[in-house]
Amino acid sequence: MPDKLPVTVLTGYLGAGKTTLLNRILSEQHGHKYAVIVNEFGEVGIDNDLIVGADEEIFEMNNGCVCCTVRGDLVRIIDGLMRRKGKFDAIILETTGLADPAPVAQTFFIDDNIGRKAKLDAVVAVADAKWLKDRLKDAPEAKNQIAFADIILLNKTDLVASDELGELEARIRGINPYAKLHKTQRCNIALPEVLGRNAFDLDRILDIEPEFLADATHHHQDHDHHHEHEDGHHHHHGGGLKHYHDEEMQSVSLKTVDPIDPDKFFPWVQDLVQKEGPNILRCKGILSFKDDDERFVFQGVHMILDGDHQRPWQPGEKRESRIIFIGRNLPEAKIREGFAACVA
Amino acid sequence: MTDTRADIPSVVARTRPLAAGAPVVAAHFLQETAVFVLGEEALLLLPRADEARRPTVHAGAVLSSAANATRVVTGGDDGKVVATDAEGKSTTVATDTGRRWIDHVAVGPSGALAWSAGKDAFVRASTGAARTLALPSTVGGLAFAPKGLRLAIAHYNGLTLWFPNALTEPERLAWKGSHLGALVSPDGRFVITSMQEPALHGWRLADRKDMRMSGYSARVRSLDFSVGGKWLATSGSRELILWPFQGKDGPMGKTPRVLAPAEVQAEVVASHPKQDVVAVGYADGLVLLVRIEDGAEILARKGTGAPIAALAWSASGTALAFGAEDGEAGVIDLG
Repeated sequence: MPDKLPVTVLTGYLGAGKTTLLNRILSEQHGHKYAVIVNEFGEVGIDNDLIVGADEEIFEMNNGCVCCTVRGDLVRIIDGLMRRKGKFDAIILETTGLADPAPVAQTFFIDDNIGRKAKLDAVVAVADAKWLKDRLKDAPEAKNQIAFADIILLNKTDLVASDELGELEARIRGINPYAKLHKTQRCNIALPEVLGRNAFDLDRILDIEPEFLADATHHHQDHDHHHEHEDGHHHHHGGGLKHYHDEEMQSVSLKTVDPIDPDKFFPWVQDLVQKEGPNILRCKGILSFKDDDERFVFQGVHMILDGDHQRPWQPGEKRESRIIFIGRNLPEAKIREGFAACVA
Repeated sequence: MTDTRADIPSVVARTRPLAAGAPVVAAHFLQETAVFVLGEEALLLLPRADEARRPTVHAGAVLSSAANATRVVTGGDDGKVVATDAEGKSTTVATDTGRRWIDHVAVGPSGALAWSAGKDAFVRASTGAARTLALPSTVGGLAFAPKGLRLAIAHYNGLTLWFPNALTEPERLAWKGSHLGALVSPDGRFVITSMQEPALHGWRLADRKDMRMSGYSARVRSLDFSVGGKWLATSGSRELILWPFQGKDGPMGKTPRVLAPAEVQAEVVASHPKQDVVAVGYADGLVLLVRIEDGAEILARKGTGAPIAALAWSASGTALAFGAEDGEAGVIDLG
């Protein structure tokens, strides 16, 4: 079976620096050849042999589910690009500033033809340090992109003061504590940090420790929340790091060392994504099932779940089940209660 | 595990193998010459009793192809529609003004030709200029009706029937979802689309009645009516799926006939031009000839390789061309 072609998705609000990052990727000497899918074909200053214009056509499926969407143009374009497979070894897809990354990701899960030949490598969000705070207030698309991302470039950091930068970082972490966050100027980043990440590979899935707070027990669900003012609220930690809670977009992290009953878990998680699917942007999990010597891993985008047994638990490895959800207005208490009831 | 179907009759020994040197994406016949469409740039022509030749037809990917008895028409990512005859002589039929990809092509009765680029469909009768129709979304598939100048155009949320020579407005047949391929039954009574979901949709043209054909495990990418239009053979499952179209209601309220089960997906189907026999190509390279009446199978290729991507019968039904994703191809002489 030939390797699947990796697809890197570049998102980011208007003017954040997506094209700068794209050009950086294309101009560096890395020995790779990319096919590039852009939104505005003929866009100035992109120099690549293989460049295709996309239409961002979002198609609903005929299954009564409003969040089960695919990017119809990608189904067509990736199929066409695959005919020239020998000419490039990866695909970079630049989305518009207002694009929702979910239909892009779902295309890889829903379309078996695409899923067989190509794989999502990572969703990279570029955010403008100068304007992100405002965009998080007035542009739901910008918040969506941050929440969905595997890798976030907080760009143009030279335009803001360092305390402001710390606050921005905390705001991003309040929305998505699981993405890799890099601070950049002019998208100056080592390319291995954004390419070849395998972020959607089930084997790599549980890189899910929240980065920012990994050293502490201060997962946000452990805090008491007092929603006081419009900016959300924050806690002061020992190191002077603020912890913001976004009023709308949150993550919920669950863990237990008790074995899980698969006959309880699957109906519960299916039901949860059926009901909350439109609000759940992404979920990931690793599960220790009762009487099962293999780790089970899964991931999902909205209502679409994908999972499999991954490998045997290693001797001495802590058999802990962990799940995270990132989404909008998540009913955290209900989710916790539901998961707790899945213990065997 | 490989599927060799060791216990059934075999015609494998009658194969003239051919290494295409590039992925094969489609196959056709021009009289007795097999034509393999390669993923990029070229066609590979294999005359019955002569050496293969390899005319270059596009400057990049070959995205679509269709054929009648005299020429193979291809659409490329170079924005060109190219017609090639059995001698390998190519003519550029059209060049898209915006150099957009030519996503789909179709050939119709009396030498008519259709193609699409993005949301625009084009039709050209054997003589005269091309006409254009703008669709509400990107064209997912094109098919001519068997008679007259009538084009079925699949797109998001339905299908458009276009009569380029008539003064009437194009007709819209609505069905929610993304429609990615179109086919009109040989008697012109039904039009079928393959959908993004693992399902087919159909309309009976007389009364616009909807037909849903579902139960597949994968998106249906290959469908072909059997000779005379009695059955619709399809891929999309680990078997050959045949929907009955004999009665006036077509497959409505009926279940399909399920034949030739395998361990992997059926990828391509091609109906024999004279008998109720379907060639089926599978994801492991297996090719079977399946008799619809009783499900009897003949082995045409062992399942020990890359997925089959193309199958085509010669008009006489005495030769079957196959091509795989890894460039392995061949012609089986059944005469």
